[in-house]
Amino acid sequence: MISIVAFLLCGPAALLGTAILAAAVSRRASATSLVYGAALAISVAVLAIVAGHLAGNPGEVSAITLPLGLPWTGARFRLDGLSAFFLVVVNLGGAVTSLYGLGYGRHESQPHRVLPFYPAFLAGMNLVVLANDAFSFLLSWEFMSLASWALVMAHHRDEANRRAGYIYLVMASFGTLALLLAFGLLAGPAGTYAFDAMRTAHPGLLTAGAVLALMLLGAGSKAGLVPLHAWLPLAHPAAPSHVSALMSGIMTKVAVYGFIRVVFDLLGAPAWWSGVVVLLIGGVTAVLGILHALMEKDLKRLLAYSTIENIGVIFASLGLALAFKANAMPSAAALAFTAALFHVLNHSFFKSLLFFGAGAVLTATGERDMEKLGGLIHRMPVTSFVFLVGCVSIAALPPFNGFASEWLVFQAILQSPELPQWGLKVIVPAVGGMLALAAALAAACFVKAFGITFLGRARSAVVGQAREVDRPSLAAMAVLAVFCLLAGILPGFVIDGLSPVTLSLIGESMPVQTAQPWLSIVPIAESRSSYNGLLVFVFITISASLAAFVIHRFASHALRRGPAWGCGFADAVPAAQYTAVSFAQPIRRVFGGFAFRARETVEMPAPGALEPARLKVDIHDVAWETFYQPISGAIDFATERLNHLQFLTIRRYLTLVFLYLVILLLVLALWP
Amino acid sequence: MNGLTFDIAHLLAGSLVLVSFMMLYQDRLFALINVFALHAVVLALSVAWQAYIQDAHHLYITAAIALVFKAIVIPVGLHRIIQRLGIHRDIETAVGIGPTMLAGIGLVTLSMVLMLRVTPEADPLAREDLAFALSIILLGLLVMVTRRNAVSQVVGFMSLENGLVLAATGAKGMPLVVEISVAFSILIAFIVIGVFLFRIRERFDSVDVGALDDYRGERR
Repeated sequence: MISIVAFLLCGPAALLGTAILAAAVSRRASATSLVYGAALAISVAVLAIVAGHLAGNPGEVSAITLPLGLPWTGARFRLDGLSAFFLVVVNLGGAVTSLYGLGYGRHESQPHRVLPFYPAFLAGMNLVVLANDAFSFLLSWEFMSLASWALVMAHHRDEANRRAGYIYLVMASFGTLALLLAFGLLAGPAGTYAFDAMRTAHPGLLTAGAVLALMLLGAGSKAGLVPLHAWLPLAHPAAPSHVSALMSGIMTKVAVYGFIRVVFDLLGAPAWWSGVVVLLIGGVTAVLGILHALMEKDLKRLLAYSTIENIGVIFASLGLALAFKANAMPSAAALAFTAALFHVLNHSFFKSLLFFGAGAVLTATGERDMEKLGGLIHRMPVTSFVFLVGCVSIAALPPFNGFASEWLVFQAILQSPELPQWGLKVIVPAVGGMLALAAALAAACFVKAFGITFLGRARSAVVGQAREVDRPSLAAMAVLAVFCLLAGILPGFVIDGLSPVTLSLIGESMPVQTAQPWLSIVPIAESRSSYNGLLVFVFITISASLAAFVIHRFASHALRRGPAWGCGFADAVPAAQYTAVSFAQPIRRVFGGFAFRARETVEMPAPGALEPARLKVDIHDVAWETFYQPISGAIDFATERLNHLQFLTIRRYLTLVFLYLVILLLVLALWP
Repeated sequence: MNGLTFDIAHLLAGSLVLVSFMMLYQDRLFALINVFALHAVVLALSVAWQAYIQDAHHLYITAAIALVFKAIVIPVGLHRIIQRLGIHRDIETAVGIGPTMLAGIGLVTLSMVLMLRVTPEADPLAREDLAFALSIILLGLLVMVTRRNAVSQVVGFMSLENGLVLAATGAKGMPLVVEISVAFSILIAFIVIGVFLFRIRERFDSVDVGALDDYRGERR
C-alpha cells in the first residue's frame, strides 16, 4: 500500500515536469494552452486526492521519506490536517488561476518568460506545505521564492519591475535566512532537522522566544507584516495578473502555513506574551495596510496593500489563538484559530477574484491607474458584477464569506475578558478596535476601488473601446464568486471541515456547526451569539426581488431624461468626477499626519496667469523611511569600505587568512 | 616507551621547529632554499625514527620520499629556476627580521599552549609531536606572508606541508596512501607554481608577485 503522500508528491513532480516541458516548447503558439491546461489538470487531480483523503479519515497522518537531498537526512514529506487544508487552498487557487491563465495568458507578450516558471511556482508551494524536515522545507520555500521572483521579472524591461524584483529578492533572501536560523535553533545542538524530532524536543523559554521572533521575520516578511511589507506592493503588482493573484492570494497563505507549522506545531506550548506580540503586529499591519490601500490609485497596488491588511487580520487572530492556548482556554483558542484558517481560505478566494478582475481590466484597457478608468460597468458587465462580489466579500458585508470569518474573529476577541493577564485584557480589545477600524476602512477602500473603476464615466479614450474579456477568464472569476457566496452562506460546513486541523494543533475544536438547526453557526453558545448566512441571503434576495417587483409593477414606466447638475460647470467633462485621490482625501486628512507624513500644498498661479492651480499631495511610506533607508545606507557605507579588500596583494590576502587562523587559535587557547 | 626513544623523537621534532626559525631570517633566496633542504632532511630523519619506534616499515618509504623529493629534487629545481631568472641577489623580506622572529616565538608559544590544553589525554609523544607540527605549520605560513617573492612563498608553503607530514607520522596508523598523495600534491604544486613563475617572468620580467599588482594598476 503506497501512502497517500506519495500520490500527492506526484502532483509537484508533474508540475516540475510541465515546467521543463514549458521551457522547451514555450515559443510555440500552443504552449500557453498546454501549460495552463496541464497545471489545471494537475491541481484538480491533487485536489481530488486530498478531498478523497479528507472524506475518508481526515485525522490520519501519512508520511514518507524519499532518498533525495542530503545523504544523511533524506527528504521527508508528510500529510496531516494542516497540510491538507493548505493543500486545498494552494491547489484550489492553482486550479482557478490556471483556468484564468488559459484566457489571460493569450494576451501575454512574452509567454516564454512566464510559462516555465508558472508550474514551477505551483510545485514549490505544494512542496512547502508537504515538507516534513527543515531541509526540504527551506529548499521548497526558496524554490517557491525564486520561481515567483522570475515571474515578477517577466516584464523586466520596465525599470519599476526591475527595482521591485531586486527588492523582492533581497527581502526573500532575508526571510529565508531568518527561517534558516529559526530551524537551526529548533534543531538544537544535535542537529535533528526532521520535524518529528523537533516536535518532541521542547525548547526553553529563550529559544522559543527567539524562534518566534525569527518566524515573524521570516514568514512575516513573505506574508507582508508591517514593517517587512515594503516589497509586497511593489512585487505583487509587477507580475502578470494571474501570478499576482497567486502571490497575493496563495503564496502569502503558504507563509502563514510556515508560521503556524512552527509556532503552533513544532514549538510546543506557547507563553502568553507570544500572543501579545503577534496580536499587536497583526493589528498594526491591518490598519496600516488598509490605510495605504486607500491612498493608492493603482488598482493592483491597492489590492496588494489590501492583502497586507488581511494578513494582519489573520495574524491578529493567530495571536489571539496563542494567547488563549497559553492560558488553557482551548475552546476560545479553537475559535480564534478556526477564524484565522477560515479567513485564510476566504482571502485566497476573494483576493484571487479581485486580481483576476484587475487583470481583466488591464487586458481590456491596458490601464492599472484608476484615475484613467471609470464607467467600465457598461463595457464589461460580467467582470464588473464578479468584481463587485469580490469587493463585497473583502469588505466583510453579509452574506458573503468575508463577513463570516471576520465575525468569528470578533467573537474570539469578545472572549478576552476571561483572560487572566491584565496585559492581554487591555491589549486584546485595543487590537479589536484596530481590526474594526481596518474593516471599516476596507469597506471604504473597496467602495473606492469599485466606484472609481467601474462606475461613473470613462476618464480616458481607451476605456471607451474596452470589450468584455474571454470566456475562460470569466469562468474563473465566476467560479470564485460562487465560492465566496457559498462559503458565506454555508460557513458551518467550512468550520466543521477545519475541526480536525484545530483538534490536532489546539487540542480542541469548535462545536459541530452543521448539527445546528437552520444551518446557523454558533461559535460559543446559542445565548451569546449566532449567525445564519443563509437566512441573511434569503432575506436579502426576497426583499430585493420584492422591491424590484413592486417598482416595476406599480411605478410609472415613463422614461425621463433631464440635465445632470454639473456643479456649475457648463460642460461636464469626465475629469470633473470624483477621483480616487479625492475620494480618499477625508481619510488622508485624518490619518495622513502620523501614518504617511502626508503634506498637501496648493500651488496658485500668479495673478493674471492662465495656468490652473494645482493641489500637490506628498505621501511617504513611514516604514520604508524609518527601517529600510537607514539599513540600506549602512550597507552601502560598509560595502564602500570593504570594497578595498577586493584589491589587495596576494601576500596581504595570505596575511588576512593567517591572522584569522591565529585569532581562532587564540580564542581556542583562551576559551575557559 | 623508554625515555631515550622519546627524547630522540622529541629532539628531531624540536630541531625541525628550529630549522623553521632559521628560514625566517634568511634574506637571500639560495640560503632560504638550502635551509629548506635541511628542513626536509630533518623531517626525513624524524619520520625514519618514528618508523623505527613504531615498527611501521611503510613510514621508511615516507622518509625516503621526503629525503629524495623535498631535500634534493625540489631544492635543486628551485636553484635552477632562480639562476635562470637571475634573481639570486634579491633581498625580499617584507617585514623586518626582528619582528618576524618575535612573531615566530609567539606562534610557537600559542601552538604549545593550545595543543597541551586540548589533548590532555593523548599519548605524550603524539601530543608533543602535534604541538611541534602546529608550530611548523604556523611558521610556514609566517614565511609565506612575510615574503614578496613567489619562490620563497613556495618554500614557505612546502615547509608548511612538512609540518603536516610530521603530524601525520606522529599519529600511529596513518595509511601510506595518504602519505604518497600528500607528497605528490606538493610535487604537483611545485610544478604548477614553477610554470606560473615562468609565465610571470615572460610577462613582467620579475617573479616578485608585486609585479602582478602593478600590472593590475593598483597600489600596494
